[in-house]
Amino acid sequence: MNADIFLWLVQDGVTNGAIYALLALALLLVFAVTRVIFVPQGEFITYAALSLSLLEAGRTPGTIYILAVGGLAAAAIDGYAALRERAWRRLPRIAALYIVLPLAIAFLVAWAAPRKLDQWIQVLLVLAMVVPLGPIVYRIAFQPLANASVLVLFIVSMAVHYILSGLSLVFFGGEGLRSSPFWDARFKLGVVEISAQSLFVVAASLLLIVGLWLLFEHSIYGKALRATAINRVGARLVGIPTALTGQLSFLLAAFIGAVSGILISSITTLYYDTGFLIGLKGFVGAILGGMASYPLAAAGALVLGLLESFSSFWASAFKEVIVFTSIIPMLVWLSLRSRHVEEDEE
Amino acid sequence: MSAALEIDGLSVAYGKVEALHRATLRVNEGAIATVIGPNGAGKSTLLAAIMGLLPSKGILRYAGALLDGSSTEERVARGMCLVPERRELFAELSVHDNLLLGAFHRRGDGARALAADFAEVYARFPRLKERSGQLAGTLSGGERQMLALGRALMAKPRLLLLDEPSLGLAPRVVRETFHIIADLKRTGVSMLLVEQNARAALQVADYAYVLEVGDIVLEGPAAELAGNPRVVETYLGLSSAAR
Repeated sequence: MNADIFLWLVQDGVTNGAIYALLALALLLVFAVTRVIFVPQGEFITYAALSLSLLEAGRTPGTIYILAVGGLAAAAIDGYAALRERAWRRLPRIAALYIVLPLAIAFLVAWAAPRKLDQWIQVLLVLAMVVPLGPIVYRIAFQPLANASVLVLFIVSMAVHYILSGLSLVFFGGEGLRSSPFWDARFKLGVVEISAQSLFVVAASLLLIVGLWLLFEHSIYGKALRATAINRVGARLVGIPTALTGQLSFLLAAFIGAVSGILISSITTLYYDTGFLIGLKGFVGAILGGMASYPLAAAGALVLGLLESFSSFWASAFKEVIVFTSIIPMLVWLSLRSRHVEEDEE
Repeated sequence: MSAALEIDGLSVAYGKVEALHRATLRVNEGAIATVIGPNGAGKSTLLAAIMGLLPSKGILRYAGALLDGSSTEERVARGMCLVPERRELFAELSVHDNLLLGAFHRRGDGARALAADFAEVYARFPRLKERSGQLAGTLSGGERQMLALGRALMAKPRLLLLDEPSLGLAPRVVRETFHIIADLKRTGVSMLLVEQNARAALQVADYAYVLEVGDIVLEGPAAELAGNPRVVETYLGLSSAAR
């Protein structure tokens, strides 16, 4: 290995690591607030990336049907609950949030798709389609189970993953898609050539991480999210609506997933199920960081990205094996360090 | 006198086991009512049901309006606040952030109103001011109780529910706590106080109820109940022996 290859591998590893770091943060956030291990995180990547590619080709992505039908289902569940509690004043809000908004987005996308608008408008459309899916998924699958054990939530999470990836196959088909890069330039930095797209990925990840930090440290809503994660009863007692914090955390996770999908859609070819593997690596990154602190999770994800790029050079056939095996020593250490505590049931 | 809280025939069941059986009680506006009774009598269950943390049957009326089907956060927004037995603080957040979140339902009130409330709470609990940057989980038992009370005060409650505020505290801190409770009454806050320390509770309260295994077995003005032979024998005698 010479310096050229080394630097190239580092660039590749850091680019992927930045994406994994984002996903690790989203997974940690969702787990901390709702105790859901968010397996379907990867589907948001897929949906965003493939929707962007389809919009670029002037085709209408099937995401709008998932959004519209999902919105209707969430509205039905929420509406039924409101009717049973005779809380009529909640109905207009439910209709606006779960029926009017998703349908409006769906029609907007259907109208815009054949017109092949500017790339940044397409990016905004993708975000508008994918991000609302987060709260909708939470409302349908997880909110009714808010007090269930971690294991039950995990099983539901797997089910949601299979449903979403099945829908992905139905609406996007089995072929791989790739979008065009935002910025085609390459920079010479000494001996190594850096693509503008990977700079873009790293910059966007850093920006998002700083944004999340500001949210959690300096806004009352971010603090409310953390408070819910620390003590649900305490959070309810100070008047934090815990259902809302669940939806907010899923919204953030969907946003992060969608941004990751948009960022990588031009770097790699994505298939209907590619997101799952990427999401899983974000999860491994979070585990490498001990599944406890945000900076450690981000660092773990970065290490994982580098490990992946170097193992693809030295032992490319075992790349995934090496990446996923790296979780084992960490798990052993985690389980040795913490004495076994029975899960705290409410 | 108008009632801050009226409870009529309130029952709470954990599965098939009834923990509270058709309890009826009221807290007058600006007064302190206390519920005394042994461990496991259903006192904490009563408070949790009042806050909507547990589903219950029966009638709950707050400031004249029914609480039917309203969520905990709606009850908090309407001025009810519970200081729970386990304090339920946010251990990994700073003392300051715990207090700030106490005012979560007043987040639209503006920075000036909050600053005034912070100043008030810090004046009442100077210890919290010294430790405002410290994580809540690192506080001592007495400081935690102060923080739980301070967090509740940040919510500007009209009805304060206190669950065993003296539990696990040193006698000096207990006295301080009851001093603060009496002080709060002067500011017009109505309170429902649940206590095992019957002596202190009967001293500070206006009206008292005795709860035993899910049933209210005795009630009356606090001063009267403090002289009731049954109360003296079961609760006052016991609590002085324990101390």
